[in-house]
Amino acid sequence: MKTRLKSFAGDLGSSLFSILIALAIGALIILAIGENPAEAYQALFKGALGSSQSFANTLSKMIPLAFTGLAVALGQRGGMLNIGAEGQLYAGAMATTLFALTFPGLPAIVMVPMCLITGFLAGMLAGAIPGYFKAKHNTSEVIVAIMLNYLITLFTSWLVNGPFKAPGSVSQTNPIPAGAMLTKIWGNSQLTTALFLLILFAAVQYLFLWKSAKGFQLRAVGGNRFASISAGIKADRMMILTMMLSGGIAAMAGSTEVMGKYGCFIDGFSPSFGFTGIAVAILGRNHPIGVLLTAFLFGVLDTGALRMGRVTNVSANIIVVVQSLVILLVSAPEIIKFFKRTKEG
Amino acid sequence: MDMMFQFVAMTLKLSIPLVLGAMCGTIAERGGIILLGVEGLMLIGAFSGVLGSYLTGNAYMGLLLSMAAGAVLGLLYAMFCLKLRAHQSVVGVGVNMFASGLTAVLLKVFWQREGMTDPVVSVKNVSVPGLKDIPVLRVLFHDQSPYLYLTFLIVLGVWFVFYRTKAGLRYRAIGEQPFAAQTSGINVNRYRYVAMAAAGMIAGIGGSFLSLSQNNLFVVDMVAGRGFMGLAANIFGGWSPLGSLGAGMIFAVAQSARFYLPDIHIPTQFVQMLPYALTLFILLFVGKKAKGPEALGQLVS
Amino acid sequence: MYAIDMRNITKRFPGVLANDQVNLQVEEKQIHCLLGENGCGKSTLMNILFGLHQPDGGELYIRERKTRISNPNDAYQLGIGMVHQHFMLVNQMTVLENIILGNECGSFLLDRKSSRQKVLALVTEFGFKLNLDDRVADLSVGMKQRVEIVKTLYRGADIIILDEPTAVLTPQEVSELFKILKQLQKEGRTIIFITHKLNETMELSNQVTVLRKGQKVATVNTKDTTPEELASLMVGRSVEHVVSERKQTDGEVVLKIEELMVNSKAVHPVNLALRAGEILGIAGVEGNGQQELEELLVGTMAVKNGKLFLSGQDITRLPVAKRKKLGIGYIPADRHKNAMISSFSVAENYLLGFEHDACYHHRGFVKRKQLKADAHRLIEEFTVKAAGIDHPIGTLSGGNQQKVILGREVSHNPVLVIAAQPIRGLDIGAIEYVHKTLLRLKAEGKAILLISAELSEIMNLSDRIAVFYEGEISAQFPNGAYNKEEIGLFMAGKKAGGEQA
Repeated sequence: MKTRLKSFAGDLGSSLFSILIALAIGALIILAIGENPAEAYQALFKGALGSSQSFANTLSKMIPLAFTGLAVALGQRGGMLNIGAEGQLYAGAMATTLFALTFPGLPAIVMVPMCLITGFLAGMLAGAIPGYFKAKHNTSEVIVAIMLNYLITLFTSWLVNGPFKAPGSVSQTNPIPAGAMLTKIWGNSQLTTALFLLILFAAVQYLFLWKSAKGFQLRAVGGNRFASISAGIKADRMMILTMMLSGGIAAMAGSTEVMGKYGCFIDGFSPSFGFTGIAVAILGRNHPIGVLLTAFLFGVLDTGALRMGRVTNVSANIIVVVQSLVILLVSAPEIIKFFKRTKEG
Repeated sequence: MDMMFQFVAMTLKLSIPLVLGAMCGTIAERGGIILLGVEGLMLIGAFSGVLGSYLTGNAYMGLLLSMAAGAVLGLLYAMFCLKLRAHQSVVGVGVNMFASGLTAVLLKVFWQREGMTDPVVSVKNVSVPGLKDIPVLRVLFHDQSPYLYLTFLIVLGVWFVFYRTKAGLRYRAIGEQPFAAQTSGINVNRYRYVAMAAAGMIAGIGGSFLSLSQNNLFVVDMVAGRGFMGLAANIFGGWSPLGSLGAGMIFAVAQSARFYLPDIHIPTQFVQMLPYALTLFILLFVGKKAKGPEALGQLVS
Repeated sequence: MYAIDMRNITKRFPGVLANDQVNLQVEEKQIHCLLGENGCGKSTLMNILFGLHQPDGGELYIRERKTRISNPNDAYQLGIGMVHQHFMLVNQMTVLENIILGNECGSFLLDRKSSRQKVLALVTEFGFKLNLDDRVADLSVGMKQRVEIVKTLYRGADIIILDEPTAVLTPQEVSELFKILKQLQKEGRTIIFITHKLNETMELSNQVTVLRKGQKVATVNTKDTTPEELASLMVGRSVEHVVSERKQTDGEVVLKIEELMVNSKAVHPVNLALRAGEILGIAGVEGNGQQELEELLVGTMAVKNGKLFLSGQDITRLPVAKRKKLGIGYIPADRHKNAMISSFSVAENYLLGFEHDACYHHRGFVKRKQLKADAHRLIEEFTVKAAGIDHPIGTLSGGNQQKVILGREVSHNPVLVIAAQPIRGLDIGAIEYVHKTLLRLKAEGKAILLISAELSEIMNLSDRIAVFYEGEISAQFPNGAYNKEEIGLFMAGKKAGGEQA
């Protein structure tokens, strides 16, 4: 146990290192465009953590990122790269909205779980497709998922602009009944019980992957597919299961946004949660705790960037640059090794 | 008849970014590098184009800048994949995000606001004298962007290099069996670097079309998925130059049909879904040929 | 004059000395065979000659001039070409394109016409029956090989190395290949032919060099030697390690293999029976069907023809997990690929394959305490040197990894243990331990199928021996009926009963 903690801490350390490097490069860019990095970053952190309300908003922003992060992390543990999280979260959001709109009379105690379950199932279905074709035909799950992302996003866009459009000019559905909404837990902020749901999912993911037999099999297939087959594990079934679970968890990002933040389905509501989730997962070393920490950090960056964009001349988009640098740095393990060596050498 | 003419003319216009995006993917992936970052490369090209035009007052300088920026980014992309042996799909996602963020930041720097730039000097459409009056074919020569001809040239050029030169034969071998190429004495990675620079340059051109020719300014995230559609076109066309041209055209038909559809009452989203659905169908249900170069993603030592 | 003169060539890889001061002199215009078992260093030596590896020590003289060969281009410049065991061909391209790749006619533009003329001239000169516009993917294995040969000729090679070329050929294709090689020799080329098959050596070569365990053992003229002498040089005298006390057993038949077609090369099916308390050694040079046998028995490869019975039960159609449950312990030949997960801890590797076993499984969860206790017990029992059960198994030495795998597979009461190449890459101490364990299992009444390319291991431990050659059993007999040299002959193709395979 201690060894696992030690090596995990070491991994997190190199993740932290990547973040610092990315922030440093961001600072350089800020300098290059003639602004003051210290001022910019100060505005950022104040915007994210300066008051209890902004802290709560940061947490709220973290939730969808953490869900997609958990989804991608689970996929990676099973040896698959789930690039389809974006489509899966839209599928979940739409399924949740449609369910709530179709059965408005249900009491909250039934409505809320059912909405979530519907969303999860929609995500599972979306994830099953790339999973199946990868397992049985070795088709790249990445390309299939990208195509599906567009198909799902466009289809839900049609739904919200067509048959389910609310009167008015905005592309959104009618509001879902109050019984389907998640309760706010922090005064004026947007933070809801979705936070507890997130923590529950993270805990369950941890228990599943590291304490259960099926979870062990999933990780085994991700660790060495051939050895798993020789050990009697049905690898292709595991791969499909991995993508289905991953899809369902990603869908929760969408469902909780609908049920917690917007109260309806809004066309294009996701600012690339699905893709940022990949960075969160990789940076969080595909471990639920790492994912939560990283998602929180990204939440800080996203919330703070808004303020930074308002009070300084630096565009909030510098954060997107920093996040992308993080992705690039973590995608190439050689870089970190290089830096470690120059530090020691 | 006139509507048909307009329709074809519109299709040609809309096909340019798709074909160029597809060509970018064709070039990169025929050498074995998985390229998901077309979207980002095109976006950088779009911004560089506007920036160049803004700084010099000459739209063609913008085009040159977009080519240079694209080539540089292509080389960096290659470096991440080849030298640092990064996970190629993840690099693609990273490059897309990077381009999106960086262009938005630089936009604020140069134009002091967010969202979109001021209009700049753009590339005007042309009508080729003489040719513009030929029946039928005049659609190619009447009120089209010079980028259209550049696109055809690029497709022809790549086709020529791929199938008529030694370098092209070797490069295609690299994408199928890099070890065979290596034992034949070919420097695999050097070919890949050159190819990625070319691919980046072409993506840059495609992006600058959107900002300098189809429009005359840069809007945040203006590539709007056309890079990915180009990738899909590459797959749909079977990873070949002519295939990319054809697939790009077909996908453009779907896009331009939007404008003529209110009569048929098909929602625009379904038309937009068509390219992706077609590509998915090809990927999943058509045989092995649809899997692409055999050695996609493989690195040599 | 020596076409090739390799002096004191030494090459090290992590953990193994592949070539140990090897001297090889090949005369011009000869067909020279490089003979030896798997792992003896013959491929490495030729890869050095072809520029794919650099030697750690020694010198190279080509046509009496000292040279360095840093890459295949250098080799080709010197007139050396190589046909690899695993073809280096681009499947989606045509025969013509594959042949000219890297050496096409024309400066920038591809001059297909001239290239085609050049290649056609070569092809007709040697009478190869090749259609230049066929896609390589559509060709038979024999034709693909011919493409590889023409490729070396096209690049002007007059020294041609072939690495185990007949492994994938049918008998007819083999004789056609020999015809081609002899003709090439007549035209003045020098041929080096890597093989482990005695009959081919005798038929084809003028001279033979035998390698064993990275060292050169002898060079002889083929007409002055016999298959028996070569066999003995190949397998050599070895140090006796653990030896089992052989006795005929009349225990229950645990494993019955009935009419099993092992691979596509086999003409006759395999029939074997293995009893409790018996060690059956499967001897043979690797690549003669042992890998397929392993996979067919375990269940990772589907049985197309034949039947398998475990303790009387038909397991032919059962999936891997069910066969395991019936009591098969499996130690794969390729432990990194098939037996362990390098990034997982030692403890988790002990769990692999047994996560649903009652001892570790309770209502969907893993009984961690039990696993920990067992892991501690097993690493002590099997003297595994590891920093702890939570450290990744990838950090352990090969021998210790194998001990973990062994411990796992035998501690759940198997009735049958399949041990494939169990001592590969292990040091003396680990080898001894593995063998002691196998004998202990035999004493406990388990049936053991020992697949090994190490003949001395087979002879030390087995009660009965079956020799595999080209997917069939060339000989099956109680241990002691034949001596090492005779068994070596069976391994190289001779069939029990006198006929040459």
